[in-house]
Amino acid sequence: MNLDMTLREHGATGLTMQGNVIRCALPRAGVKSLARLLLSRFALDLELMLANDRRPRRGGFEVVWLWADRSRNEFLEITAAVPDHDPTYPSIATLSYPASRYEREIRDLFGLRAEGHPDPRPLVRHGFWPETYHPLRKDSAPPGDFPDQGQPFPFQQVEGKGIFEIPVGPVHAGIIEPGHFRFSVDGETIINMKTRLYFTHKGTEKLLEGRRPAEGVELAERISGDTSLGHALAYCQAIESLAGVQPPPRAAFLRVVLLELERLYNHVADFGAIAGDTGFAVAQAHALRIREGLLRLNKRLTGHRLLRGVLVPGGLSRDLPADGALAREVEAALADFEEVVAACQANSMLLDRLRGAGRLTRPTAADHGVLGYVARASGIDRDARRDHPFAAYGQLKFRVPVLESGDVEARALIRVAEVRESASLIRQAVEGMPAGPVGATPGPLPAFASAFGLVEGWRGAILHWIMAGESGGLHRVKVKDPSFVNWRPLTFALLKNIVPDFPLCNKSFNLSYSGNDL
Amino acid sequence: MIPYLLEALQCLLTLSLAPGLIGLVRLLKARLQGRRGPPAWQPYRDLAKLLDKERVVSTQASWIFHATPHLVFASTLVVSLLVPLVAAPLPFDRAGDLIVVVYLLLLGTFFLALAGLDTASPFGGMGASREMTIAALAEPTIALAIFGMGAGAGSTNLGEIVARTLAHPEATLSPGHLMAFAALFIVMLAECGRLPVDNPATHLELTMIHEAMILEYSGPSLALLEWAAHMKFFLFLSLLSNLVCPWGVAVELSPRSLALAVLALAGKLVVLAVAVTVLETRLAKLRLFRVPELLGVSFILALLAITSSFLVR
Repeated sequence: MNLDMTLREHGATGLTMQGNVIRCALPRAGVKSLARLLLSRFALDLELMLANDRRPRRGGFEVVWLWADRSRNEFLEITAAVPDHDPTYPSIATLSYPASRYEREIRDLFGLRAEGHPDPRPLVRHGFWPETYHPLRKDSAPPGDFPDQGQPFPFQQVEGKGIFEIPVGPVHAGIIEPGHFRFSVDGETIINMKTRLYFTHKGTEKLLEGRRPAEGVELAERISGDTSLGHALAYCQAIESLAGVQPPPRAAFLRVVLLELERLYNHVADFGAIAGDTGFAVAQAHALRIREGLLRLNKRLTGHRLLRGVLVPGGLSRDLPADGALAREVEAALADFEEVVAACQANSMLLDRLRGAGRLTRPTAADHGVLGYVARASGIDRDARRDHPFAAYGQLKFRVPVLESGDVEARALIRVAEVRESASLIRQAVEGMPAGPVGATPGPLPAFASAFGLVEGWRGAILHWIMAGESGGLHRVKVKDPSFVNWRPLTFALLKNIVPDFPLCNKSFNLSYSGNDL
Repeated sequence: MIPYLLEALQCLLTLSLAPGLIGLVRLLKARLQGRRGPPAWQPYRDLAKLLDKERVVSTQASWIFHATPHLVFASTLVVSLLVPLVAAPLPFDRAGDLIVVVYLLLLGTFFLALAGLDTASPFGGMGASREMTIAALAEPTIALAIFGMGAGAGSTNLGEIVARTLAHPEATLSPGHLMAFAALFIVMLAECGRLPVDNPATHLELTMIHEAMILEYSGPSLALLEWAAHMKFFLFLSLLSNLVCPWGVAVELSPRSLALAVLALAGKLVVLAVAVTVLETRLAKLRLFRVPELLGVSFILALLAITSSFLVR
C-alpha cells in the first residue's frame, strides 16, 4: 500500500517531498483514521506533536504531527488547521500513548482541546496557574501573581487494608531537581506510584519566539544542563535544515567528538551513581574522579566544562584542537572506567541489587515510545545516530548495544557498552578528521516554513522543530527532550519493587526535570 | 571510692572516644575510596556545632519526641557502666548483667522508633518499621551469642565472662567462641546501622533506616542522638574486642594497669575499626528483604556457638 495514496484518500493537500521529509496539510477530521493506518500498516513512530499559533496570518491554529519511519529514514509531517472559533481536533490518545501526553501539553499551553481524550487532567499547567492562562498563545499576557488556590493535585487514590501513601518531595535531600513522588505501598512493596513534575517551567519555548536564529543557541544550551551540547546541536541542525545550509565536513566530525564527549561524562557519572546508590561508594568516588577528568578535558578543548558556546548554526564558532592526544586521553579515561566496571561486576551484592530491579518490559516500553538507553535496555533497537544519521555519523562505524532484560542492571550495562562505543567514535572521528573551515553562514530563514533537527543525545533522541517568522526571527520552536516520554514508564518499572529500591530505579532512568518541563 | 572512679573513667572514655572512633572509620573509608575526607575529629566539631544550634520541633510532636534524645543518650551511657572496657570484673557488675545491657540498648531503639512515628512524617514511620524488623531479629542473637561465650564461665555477667576468659585463654580459640564472635559482629553491623544493612552515608530518604527515624531532629536533640549512636558503636566494638581478646583488661586497679588497659582498648578498637572500614568499602547494601537472611545466619551461628560450647568442652 502506498503512503501517497493513503494520504490523498484522507484529503491531504499540498504534498511536498523535501529530502527525506514528506509534508502535507490534512483536514482535521481525517487525522484519527490516518493515524490508525500510519501506526498499524506503515509502522511509523509518532516523534512529535505540537501546536502553532498562526492566527495573525491564517486566522487559526495549526497542529503538527511528525511521524518517522526508522527503517527507511523518512519523516512525514502532517499539519491540520484548527480554527480559532472551534479550537478542537480529534484525539489520537487511544492509539498512541505519547500522543496523549502531547495533546495534554497542547491543551495546557494553547487551549486547544483534543476531542475524545480520555484523561482530562492538566499536564504542564502547574496547580497555581489560572485555568484560562495559555502562555504559548501569541496574545497571552502574563497573568500576574499566581496565588495558591489550595486545590489538591488529582493523584490516583489507592485504598484498601494496610495500604499507605508515602509523599516524597518536591524538595529532596540530595542536590537534584524538584519533583514530587506519591507512592502507594503495601508494606514496603510499591503498588502504585504517581509523579507530579512540572515545577520547573521556564517558558523556554516562549523565550525563543522572536529571537534571531543565532541567539537561540544559548537558550537551547540551558534547556537541560547535562545535555547542553545535545540540545544546542538539535537546535542548530533545525536552523541549518531550514536555511538549507550544510555545515562543512570538519564541523560535522567535530560535532561527533563533542556529542560523544557529552555522552561519556554523563554515562560515567550515571554508572557510578547507580553503584553509589547500592552503597558501593568506592565505585562512585572513582566514577566521579573520571568524570571530573572528562569535564576538564571538555574545558581544555572548548573552554567550557559543559561544552557550551561552541556550536553555532552553520557549524562551530571556532576550530578545536581535536587530535590524537584527545583520543588518547579519552582512551585512558575509558581504561580507568573499565576498572571501576570490573570492580562492580565482581561485587555479587551489588549485582544482586541491580538484577531484576525496576524491570521495564518490552511491550510497556514500546507502548510508551521510550527513547535512549531506557529503550535499548528493554530490547528496543533504536538510535537516531544510526536510524537517521546526522553530523558525520553516517561515515563512522559503531554498534548500537541492545539488552533484553529491562532491569536496572541492563540500563547500567547499556551505558558501559555505549561508553566503549563513544571512545571508539571519538578515535575514528579524530583519525578521519578532514581539514578545512568549521563554519558556513546560514542565509535568511524562509518565513513560515518548518524544519527540525534530530540528535541522539546521551539520554535519547532530542528533537527541535522550528518555524521562522516574517522578519527572520523565530516564530515557534518546539523542543522535545527524551525525558518527556521516558518519565511515565518509570511508574511501570517500579511496580512490585520495594520502596528502598526506588532511588536505584530512578537513578537508572536518570531523567531530566528541566528538559521535561520547558 | 576507687570503684566509682573506675566507673566514671569508663563513662568518660565512652563519651570522649566514641566520636573519634566514628571519625576514624569515616576517614579510613574516605582514604580507601581515594578521597581526602574530613579529619578524624570532625564528629567532635559536628557535635559542638549541633549543640549550639536552635531546636526546630514540629507542632505535632508529643512528649515522646522531646524525651527520646535524653532517654537514648542516658540508656547508652548506662551501658558503658556495665560493659568491661578497661577492667573486669566491674564494681557495678552486680547491678546488671548482659540481659540488662541488651534491654537497655533495646529501650533506646524502642523510643527511637516511637519518636520516628510521633511526628507522623512518612520517613519516620518507614524507618521505625524497618528498625523494629531488624531489632526483633538482632536482639535475641546478641543475647544468644554472649550466652555462648559465657557458657564456659557459668555466668551471664560480662565482667565475669571476661575475667574467666583471661584465666583460661585457650577458650578463645574454641569453635563456639569464634562462631559467637562472628554472630556478634554481624549483629553489630545491623544494630549500629552499618553496611550492608544500613548506609550511614546516604542522602536517599527512602532507603534509610536509622537516619529516617531521626530526620525530624535538629540542634541539641540531634547532637544527643548522634552522640548516642557513636557511643553505641564504640560500646559494641569494645564489647566485641574484650570478649574475644580480653588481654590488656585490668584485673587489679593500679594506675599502671589501667593506663595499659586504656592503651590496649584503643589498639583493639583501631584494629576493629579498620576491619569494619575494609568490609564496608568492599560491600554493597543488601536489598532490604535480604537483611533477615543475613541476621538469620547470625542467629544460627549464635545457636551453634552455644551448642558447641556444651558439646566441645
